[in-house]
Amino acid sequence: MIQLENIIFLIVAGLGIGLFVWQIRKIRKNILMGRDVDLTDNPSERINKTLLVAFGQQKMFKRMLPAVLHLFVYVGFLVINIEVIEILIDGVFATHRVLAFLGPLYSALMFVNEVLAALVIVACVIFLWRRNVTKVPRLASGVEMRAWPKLDANFILVTEIVLMFALFTFNIAGLKLVQLEGGEVAGSYPISQMFVNIFGDNPNALHIIERVGWWFHIIGILAFMNYLPSSKHFHIIMAFPNVYYSKLWPKGKFTTNPAITHEIKAMLDPSYQPPAPEMDAEGNPIVQRFGAKDVEDLTWKQLMDSYTCTECGRCTSVCPANLTGKLLSPRKIVMDTRDRMEEKGEHPAIFAPNHYKELGEERVQTTDEKTLLRGYITPEELWACTTCNACVESCPVNIDQLSTIMDLRRYLVLEESAAPASVNAMFTNIENNGAPWAFSPSDRFNWAEDLYVPSKN
Amino acid sequence: MEENKRLVKVPTMAEMAANGEEPEVLFWVGCAGSFDDRYKRVTRSFVQILEHVGVKYAVLGTEESCTGEPAKRAGNEFLFQMQAITNIEVLNAYNIKKIVTACPHCFNTIKNEYPDLGGNYEVIHHSTFLQQLINEGKVKVQGGEAFKGQRITFHDSCYLGRANDIYEAPRDVLAALDADLVEMKRSRANGLCCGAGGAQMFKEAEPGNKEINIERTEEALATLGTGNGVIATACPFCMVMMSDGVKNKEQEGNVKVFDIAELIAQAEGLSK
Repeated sequence: MIQLENIIFLIVAGLGIGLFVWQIRKIRKNILMGRDVDLTDNPSERINKTLLVAFGQQKMFKRMLPAVLHLFVYVGFLVINIEVIEILIDGVFATHRVLAFLGPLYSALMFVNEVLAALVIVACVIFLWRRNVTKVPRLASGVEMRAWPKLDANFILVTEIVLMFALFTFNIAGLKLVQLEGGEVAGSYPISQMFVNIFGDNPNALHIIERVGWWFHIIGILAFMNYLPSSKHFHIIMAFPNVYYSKLWPKGKFTTNPAITHEIKAMLDPSYQPPAPEMDAEGNPIVQRFGAKDVEDLTWKQLMDSYTCTECGRCTSVCPANLTGKLLSPRKIVMDTRDRMEEKGEHPAIFAPNHYKELGEERVQTTDEKTLLRGYITPEELWACTTCNACVESCPVNIDQLSTIMDLRRYLVLEESAAPASVNAMFTNIENNGAPWAFSPSDRFNWAEDLYVPSKN
Repeated sequence: MEENKRLVKVPTMAEMAANGEEPEVLFWVGCAGSFDDRYKRVTRSFVQILEHVGVKYAVLGTEESCTGEPAKRAGNEFLFQMQAITNIEVLNAYNIKKIVTACPHCFNTIKNEYPDLGGNYEVIHHSTFLQQLINEGKVKVQGGEAFKGQRITFHDSCYLGRANDIYEAPRDVLAALDADLVEMKRSRANGLCCGAGGAQMFKEAEPGNKEINIERTEEALATLGTGNGVIATACPFCMVMMSDGVKNKEQEGNVKVFDIAELIAQAEGLSK
């Protein structure tokens, strides 16, 4: 029978889901600040990539220990969510373990669920250990790893552990209650069985404990869901679309700007008719910047990248510039993009995560400009990149850090002519000599002089 | 010796076109291959191999110009496209269909970035080309210097490896030498950049605590161990950076840096 408890549950669940939808809409709006780009080609290849990289965690397995631990948490998350569906149905319709009719399948599901919940606790404890005790460098250091990213990571891990304990609490109490009543247990609970007596055998107390555990678990999940958009943990949702929309062509292919092509063709051939410029809603031609100065100059995919980043630091840990003490950290580029986007656009309900900026040591000499370039990311960082693609290769969720670095560099060069002097000299050499060095083009074929091969007899 | 060798006349596209001929493959030499004293030796080795196997090839000679790659990586899309469009005009006028190059940067740019601007060719890197010649039995890797038992480690070029997923071709070429191939800890997709890509070749490094090429050379030297060894490269920029690194570590006496084409030409007895 539906009681007051169910009505309260319905309201709480409705509020939780509603708030989440509201936040998602803000994030969608932020991402759509970016330039449009068509990434709908090759759906079958994209689905394949999504299955391998996102669902299959393919790129995680470059590092075995974190991959296995992360797999526990990931599979635990997926399977335990099946139980969450049951919790939602039970909560609304006043049923109890409504999926129990599945019989042996239900038993198997609950069994796996308990084992995974225990493994999630083990994995999260090891993750906390790695972050706070052994201080794995990629997780513990870096200019971008200031107060908030560290707090965020620890908060998520502790919350996951607490949620798992809540799950066990209501499983144990429920199990003991059924055993006291002599009824048949729906499902199989290997872990809870081990601790079945820890809450005593007072049916009233057990009932309260079971309810408290149940409520804590579901409210915890709703709260956690609403915390996601403010957190690096948002990757559990964004990883899937982000991998789907990843770059399909070879990593070495950088984008071509067609506006420049038209300009050059018109220059070389006065009769060339470039296509009419795109118009905005008021009929004014849209003048696009060359390269990117701020978030709206990046594509929506590059902005989506920054919401997908889980701040794991794999990119930075393999970056040749970062390894040799340069300022560049690909992770910072991605995190800065997110912070700037939320400064300029909307920020999720809980708070603006970029308040971490006030803390920590400043080696990055940003200015007060309210733009991604210079306000967050300095030319020194951009000029340290060797475009080696190690960051892109290492990212488990297919973020393209390099494309953002390149677009910012393009702005520096094309709009501000602000390249280092030696790079400008290289440009001049190419213009004048057709080579990046100061050699005369007439000497280009001199290498072929006095060249011999053994003659065949 | 004199009577046993013949002077090579490297054919240009201009001559071929004048005779109404078309080459099987155009050899794109690249700026380093044309001007850099060290890398010219790689160009010459590769031409010796082409001559040796009798491939009908040609070069553009003085008609060749920078692909625009360093400009593009430095963010100068305008200069890049100027170079690309001009080069494509030349290539298309000669009706070029297939291009081989020893430079991964030229390779990547012509293969991946020229199509957007109207340049569509079959582009292969010389590592793949040499691998094919070895597989077809045209290069037998005998008659010259023996590399048996010599320690060789291959340094992956970013623009060959991660950028275009070519990891095995250069290793297959080296395997034909019957040498003792040893892998660095960071290799293939995890290979560490030499430090020259992205137009770094043409500028001072940003402030840091180490040069990237030193970091990489140290890894290569540790992998080769004590004694003589070879660092094999397949890229003109990597060649410069690794050679400088070996020099910096004062190991020129023990460790040589060679391009894979040079090693094959030496093993085949084509160059001295």
